[in-house]
Amino acid sequence: MSRDFEWAEFLFLLGAMRWTIVLSLVAFVGGGIGGIVIALARTSTHKVLRGIAAAYIGVMQGTPVLMQLFLAYYGLAVLMGVRLDPWPAVTLAFTLYAAAYLGEIWRGAIEAIPRQQWEAAAALPLSPAAQLRHVILPQAFRIAIPPTVGFLVQLIKGTSVASIIGFVELTRAGQLMVNVTFQPMIVYPVVAMLYFILCWPLSLLAGQLERKIDAALGIKRHP
Amino acid sequence: MPLLALNGIRKRFGTHVVLDDVSLSVEAGEVVAVIGRSGSGKTTLLRCINGLETIDAGSIVFADKPLPPGGAALRELRREIGIVFQSYNLFPHHSVERNITLGPTVTNKLPLSEAKAIALDVLRQVDLEDKLAAYPAQLSGGQQQRVAIARALAMRPRLMLFDEITSALDPELVGEVVKVLERLATSGMTMILVTHEMGFARRTADTLVFMHQGKVWEKGPPRDLFAAPKTRELESFIQAILEPND
Repeated sequence: MSRDFEWAEFLFLLGAMRWTIVLSLVAFVGGGIGGIVIALARTSTHKVLRGIAAAYIGVMQGTPVLMQLFLAYYGLAVLMGVRLDPWPAVTLAFTLYAAAYLGEIWRGAIEAIPRQQWEAAAALPLSPAAQLRHVILPQAFRIAIPPTVGFLVQLIKGTSVASIIGFVELTRAGQLMVNVTFQPMIVYPVVAMLYFILCWPLSLLAGQLERKIDAALGIKRHP
Repeated sequence: MPLLALNGIRKRFGTHVVLDDVSLSVEAGEVVAVIGRSGSGKTTLLRCINGLETIDAGSIVFADKPLPPGGAALRELRREIGIVFQSYNLFPHHSVERNITLGPTVTNKLPLSEAKAIALDVLRQVDLEDKLAAYPAQLSGGQQQRVAIARALAMRPRLMLFDEITSALDPELVGEVVKVLERLATSGMTMILVTHEMGFARRTADTLVFMHQGKVWEKGPPRDLFAAPKTRELESFIQAILEPND
């Protein structure tokens, strides 16, 4: 016995979309904290720290997020006897994944700041921590806005793989609705539209933020 | 006792010797102009004095203290040695005022109100007190360079280093920066300038240093050196500068 895709089914998708948002936010914030640590380690003068951070990024970027998800869900159970529920497993996997990518994006942004800015700060003479805080990171922030937002959009869409281990987010909810309505050509376009509603404003917001910062600093943009 | 004494300093980048047994002493209040061809080691010399480069041999003694190789001890000494760079190196995300108050508040731990008063004072010295709220991108090259001078002065240094600070400026903007330098020299500030402004060097410097192949090739009062260079290298350098199209 099938049913039509109606208001109740749409509300079910909306409810699941909430979990897509929560998962994306938690992974972004957690990954952001980890990303700062990784970016600083990658740009530090300490060889071992740089090596560890580079190895972490290499592993996380060189393996599919799906494998990372499986490892968090099944691997921990096998290796350490810890059986995580889907929610903590996807949160852990996506946070570690986001930390690697954000760390690499922010490393690039930090390294894009001209060496002369470091020297001018050192000549003042600010301590290395103060150089980062007052001179380097604020400038790196502006450079990092577009790729960071770009990654956040990827992250939001990427959370759809969490459906594989039974976590009910937007994509999984869509699959469930197709199973009961047999109307994939209605359900999936609605799911896609909901992703679009989440992601598109972020890109607009990033552009606006960049323009606002540029205007405040008197920086002329190329047409 | 000189304020700054360089004793046989040597600096190498790989196998290339950039500074070779350079010795120089600078008295308090003295203005030293350093000239020489590209690659003669002028900029490296300034960077070594400020600790931006470490020396391979010799010693740098500032105010009776040897320049430490790095860390907090170097930062402590650097408070008294200001440097202004060729490409200004202002912080583009900070207003002119914050560019200037950053050192006094963060390094010297002065209250913001006091640092702001210093900012206004040093901006007056460079005739830019009306640009407190501007951002670097809103200023001309000459104005940016004057802000950079003000930023260094705000730390109340005993020695100022200037690294070809007019070289990146359009010709019509050079005068305003040179005027500030002349005023500083008159005020008794100890200064070492790497410069191509021969007129300025002749008028203002107490000592002219000609560097060649990483060495102090000739040194003395500018008028003497310009009038009667002792070496062929300085003679041809002066000729090349004064008559660039010949």
